[in-house]
Amino acid sequence: MNKQEALLDYLIRLGDNALISGHRLSEWSSRGPFLEEDIAMTNIALDFIGASRILLTYAGVVEGQGKTEDDFAYGRTHEKFKNALLLEQPNGDFGVTVAKQFYYSIFNFLLFTELQKSKDETLAAFASKSLKEVNYHVRHFNEWVMRLGDGTEESNQRLQKGLDEMWIFTNDLFVSTEGDLILQKEGIIPDVPALKSKWIETISEILKRATLTLPDVNQYQQKGSREGKHTEYLSYIVEEMQSISRAYPGAKW
Amino acid sequence: MEKNPMKLSETVAWEILKEVVDPEIPVMTISDMGILRDVKLNEDGIEVSISPTYSGCPAMEMIAEDIKTALTKKGYSNITIKSLLSPAWTTDWISEQGKEKLFKYGIAPPEHSTADKNALMGNPKTVKCPRCKSDHTEMISQFGSTACKALWKCLDCKEPFDYFKCI
Repeated sequence: MNKQEALLDYLIRLGDNALISGHRLSEWSSRGPFLEEDIAMTNIALDFIGASRILLTYAGVVEGQGKTEDDFAYGRTHEKFKNALLLEQPNGDFGVTVAKQFYYSIFNFLLFTELQKSKDETLAAFASKSLKEVNYHVRHFNEWVMRLGDGTEESNQRLQKGLDEMWIFTNDLFVSTEGDLILQKEGIIPDVPALKSKWIETISEILKRATLTLPDVNQYQQKGSREGKHTEYLSYIVEEMQSISRAYPGAKW
Repeated sequence: MEKNPMKLSETVAWEILKEVVDPEIPVMTISDMGILRDVKLNEDGIEVSISPTYSGCPAMEMIAEDIKTALTKKGYSNITIKSLLSPAWTTDWISEQGKEKLFKYGIAPPEHSTADKNALMGNPKTVKCPRCKSDHTEMISQFGSTACKALWKCLDCKEPFDYFKCI
């Protein structure tokens, strides 16, 4: 694998993370627990879709075969998606969604803070821009963790259940590939596995304040997204996302 | 059509583009918003650089179309729109005149410079109600009707209002 292939793979992974989490979160549209939260989640979903557009457009440039963002989003079968396993998981109840977004937004915050220093100018510019939005995501989900954890017995249990259920998918966010090592040597991406200790430290502190328990860090962790091995849920969300473009190829409105 | 004649200068193009409005907040021009960054006339045509506000802002595509329409009407051709990610757009680029327009329109303008940490990590201390001008207000949600706004309410006149949040 050369540097260009490694960068393309990394951009598709980041782009797919944003695309799948954006679509997943948008499923809350009209189903939020109350109007303001419905609006908040769809706004955050829109930030993710925006991020995926920037990343997949850039992936097309790096690949150099004239592909657009839409070719990546709508022209690949689900086996070709490279998003992290956590993000394709179903929304579950509000506790599961908050747990997922809490884990993911703090991961994004730590990653993009480092990625701002990337020697790849486009990636660095993307990270600085996206970080401004991620700041709001982190605040929003931290507040929910506090509110549900330190709320009623029911809200505490439901969020704890979400945190425990989603934990098995968290390490997959940090897994590094052979290509990543090339990019890391070139100063294009940070040492992502090394961000994990800071991530655990950050979430532990918030969970403690919210009277919640950090899941067992030595527990078995699911892996596979880097090799294209996903949970069954990915295929359904990709099919749904692509249904219009399959029925009406090239449709515009 | 001929290539852009000399009288179609960059200065003229700037003046034309200053009239293009933000489709989400029609009292604001793209110049007031700080979205319009650069205009360059070259041999092949004209290149306009804009900075997207939020990554997912759906207004950006319409703004790009409106820029093309405005310039085409005045005789420009071969218009390209360049979207600049860096430096990232910030509410600090909204002009003073723009902030006044926002307030009059019923949207409380951003209260801090982003150089102030409170802008990102905490809430602004006071946001003035654009309806009754009271400082006695509180935030309902950090997310509002569009990506760039938060939802607030006035505790005196009891009306909800939009606040343009700092990024």
